[in-house]
Amino acid sequence: MKHEFIEKNVGLLAILIIIAISFGGLAQITPLIFQKETNTPVDTLRPYTALEMEGRDIYIREGCHVCHSQMIRPFRAETERYGHYSMAGESVWEHPFLWGSKRTGPDLARVGGRYSDAWHEVHLINPRDVVSQSNMPGFPWLATDLLTGEDTARKLEIFNMLTKNQGHKDENGVMQPIYSEQDIAGAKAAVEGKTEMQALIAYLQSLGHAFK
Amino acid sequence: MSIFWTIWISVITLTVIIGCAVLLKAANTNNTGVKEGEPMPHTFDGIQELNNPLPKWWVGLFWFTIVIALIYSIAFPSYTANWNGFLNWTSADKDVTDVSQLDERAETSKSQYQREIDAAEIKYGEVFKQLVYTDAGVYKDIEVIAKDSEAVKVGQRLFLQNCAQCHGSDARGSKGFPNLTDDDWLYGGDPLTIKETLMNGRNAAMPAWKDILGEDGIKEVTSYVLQLSGRRVNDIDAQAGAERFVVCAACHGADGKGLHAFGAPNLTDKVWLYGGSRKAVEDTLNNGRNGVMPAWKDVLGEDKIQLISAFVYSLSQPK
Repeated sequence: MKHEFIEKNVGLLAILIIIAISFGGLAQITPLIFQKETNTPVDTLRPYTALEMEGRDIYIREGCHVCHSQMIRPFRAETERYGHYSMAGESVWEHPFLWGSKRTGPDLARVGGRYSDAWHEVHLINPRDVVSQSNMPGFPWLATDLLTGEDTARKLEIFNMLTKNQGHKDENGVMQPIYSEQDIAGAKAAVEGKTEMQALIAYLQSLGHAFK
Repeated sequence: MSIFWTIWISVITLTVIIGCAVLLKAANTNNTGVKEGEPMPHTFDGIQELNNPLPKWWVGLFWFTIVIALIYSIAFPSYTANWNGFLNWTSADKDVTDVSQLDERAETSKSQYQREIDAAEIKYGEVFKQLVYTDAGVYKDIEVIAKDSEAVKVGQRLFLQNCAQCHGSDARGSKGFPNLTDDDWLYGGDPLTIKETLMNGRNAAMPAWKDILGEDGIKEVTSYVLQLSGRRVNDIDAQAGAERFVVCAACHGADGKGLHAFGAPNLTDKVWLYGGSRKAVEDTLNNGRNGVMPAWKDVLGEDKIQLISAFVYSLSQPK
């Protein structure tokens, strides 16, 4: 192909550029998707409960991931503050993952258990009540909005689908889906009537449970 | 990672690198039929192009990057997960699948993260040890550390980083989170109790009395509790409340002075964790309170907790 021909056809040039730069992704990213370390859950990973799952969706809805990362990098400066660095095996069942890319607020990958439920409640309603210099917005409606549990069971089913029914092995060595039929049947009852606040706090308290 | 992916990565990577070399060679060969430095047979908007060769320094740099790419790809882990390159470099121990393996791994790991941790240990470890341990290698008493201003300063830094979110940067607490600078303690303010609180956390359990006491009962007990701390209330209500207080006495003591074993607050002083207004006390009685202090043993480790305990202890000591 003549150089001149590519230079004069911008569309063709764009396509060729995309092909050229996709080599990087193909060599660097695709193999990782199939690597054992990235698709085997760590031994102590447990799936979110129905309530935590609802809390996770509220976390996404309110855009918490825009200001809070959930990814502790392997640097001493981070691990001293937040705890052990994040492992790929902790995110195996995350769809989508909420690693985030910006830290206006602190990293939350291991925030579970660091503060009491009561602290979270006060802090979410008005962060300045406990941390006077905080610039986090308040989320007071979470305390009054109630969950109906309409879609909860469906969400668990979809997570089974997204994880291809591959959870941990049971005692007979058979691979079980992360949510049993019992979990799914009880999902609505587990969240109905709870406040969004309770769901979000349950989710926050679960973060980092597998590796601390 | 299977052999397939090794081939996959090798083929793509080497093809791209070799492709760059071929492209560079081709672009550097004059096949236009026009001599170097002569005008090319085209003009764009009256602008004429000369057939100049690529600058030598630029071509040199390009070859340099190609060579570096090849060296880099064998110096660091690239083509296969089973070989970390001739520098044997890893960023972190990402193949650990259980927390219990971490300590063992840290002993032998050569990862960049572990080297950073080890270097910090050499730099700060000894200084830190001297703050917390005696020469004999046992913990210094918290009272002793609390008198060492350097150690207290380090304890304060740790407090600001980990504890200030609830107890405030001045340690004076807020509603529901105790003030640590006064001499009023829920679980006890001696050094070892403070440390125990930090290590294993505390779970307060004030039950909700709404259903048991009823509206009148709550009102009466509230009056009595307010009277205990010297407030003027309706005497008849308080009298009735005093009779009902028997159930409260199990935790708060018959005299209402509280009990450290349960973390039951002293009701006769003027310190109120959840507010001392009639409404706040009624709230507490109606719905109960379950203040939680998280356990920090696993998050911070005992050495740091020893320092924070000393800082907290120093706050309530006369200066």
